[in-house]
Amino acid sequence: MAAEVKAKLSKNLLRMKFMQRGLDSQTKKQLEEEEKKIISEEHWYLDLPDLKEKESFIIEERSFMPCEDLLYGRMSFKGFNPEIEKLMVQMNSKSKKEEIEVDDKMEADVSDEEMARRYETLVGTIGKKFLKKRDQRVLQDEDEDENSNTRPSKAKKMFLKPQD
Amino acid sequence: MAARGVPAEACVGQVVLPGDVLLLPAHPDEDAERLRLGASAAPRGRLLCGPGLRRSGAGLLVTKCGLLRHRQAGGGAAAGGAFWVDSQQKRYVPVKGDHVIGIVTAKAGDVFKVDVGGSEQASLSYLAFEGATKRNRPNVQVGDLIYGQFLVANKDMEPEMVCIDSSGRASGMGVIGQDGFLFKVSLGLIRKLLAPKCEIIQELSQLYPFELVLGMNGRIWVKAKTVQQTLIIVNILEACEYMTAEQRKQALAKLSGN
Repeated sequence: MAAEVKAKLSKNLLRMKFMQRGLDSQTKKQLEEEEKKIISEEHWYLDLPDLKEKESFIIEERSFMPCEDLLYGRMSFKGFNPEIEKLMVQMNSKSKKEEIEVDDKMEADVSDEEMARRYETLVGTIGKKFLKKRDQRVLQDEDEDENSNTRPSKAKKMFLKPQD
Repeated sequence: MAARGVPAEACVGQVVLPGDVLLLPAHPDEDAERLRLGASAAPRGRLLCGPGLRRSGAGLLVTKCGLLRHRQAGGGAAAGGAFWVDSQQKRYVPVKGDHVIGIVTAKAGDVFKVDVGGSEQASLSYLAFEGATKRNRPNVQVGDLIYGQFLVANKDMEPEMVCIDSSGRASGMGVIGQDGFLFKVSLGLIRKLLAPKCEIIQELSQLYPFELVLGMNGRIWVKAKTVQQTLIIVNILEACEYMTAEQRKQALAKLSGN
């Protein structure tokens, strides 16, 4: 009885998703084959001989960069922009390694003379640090003799009444 | 047509004109080698066909007038040597990967319009800067100078610029600082200046501290300590186009003497 019932079911019904579970393997295969046939009949293709493109050994390139080994476009010289100078070395190192060496004569922000002048004034201040207390007092006294007025007097801090 | 081609080797260093066909020598030995070594050796003999040349069949078709240049096989992309045409022109055509100097002409929503000297203005996304996010917009004003790279540069399409490299770092690209002087020279001179061991640059670098940005679109930006020094560099670079090496050395000697 059951077999007869199954045979009566239409193919379209059997193709539905929920009917697939109960199908046995043979009918499943049949249905798949039929489906494939329908697809292959509907499939269009160009009836042309296969294009056999020969592999080309010519590469087209629109840029001059790989042809001429051009350098990186940002440059700085004699320490004008140290950041760029570092970058130049980095970017151009691929093509030539030993060519670019960082200039030792980088322009200093503070010239040597200015540096010397600045340290001149520091000699006394730092020298004090290495003296003993007693010697310091002597030094102070000398200082006060020379410019007693200019030094800020170490007066005791006290409340100053505001003037009305 | 192709029958009246000339061997490419014979034309190196000579003037070629658009329409000329250059024939490439066959490489029977290379072919044999490729067969022996298999597919792994195939990319070795690739020939680079540079600007001014186009591939046509087995040979090359010239599309620009100028001097034919050739480089022997070496390392890198052009393992099989390279041919290109060294032409003199002033009109810049955007090329992918070129570093150029652009001028910001408009801010349109999330892209800037940048004038690069090409037929069309390039677009530059505000996200294409180092450290830029949707919240953190780069400080770019109309009129600023941008040193950037072409990401997209196709025929008949709006070119697109970026100011970061593939790893997201600026590496010198972005807004070029204040002051300085921008001027234009021919594209041929830019290539001459960018060539490794360029004499002009080496001579100038002995003068005094200064900074230089060279864009492949023919724009040069110079900045030195004073306006005078800047203008001296500018004048020398501009004159270089029409001066022989001797004349240039004389001019430089005059300057360094002062």
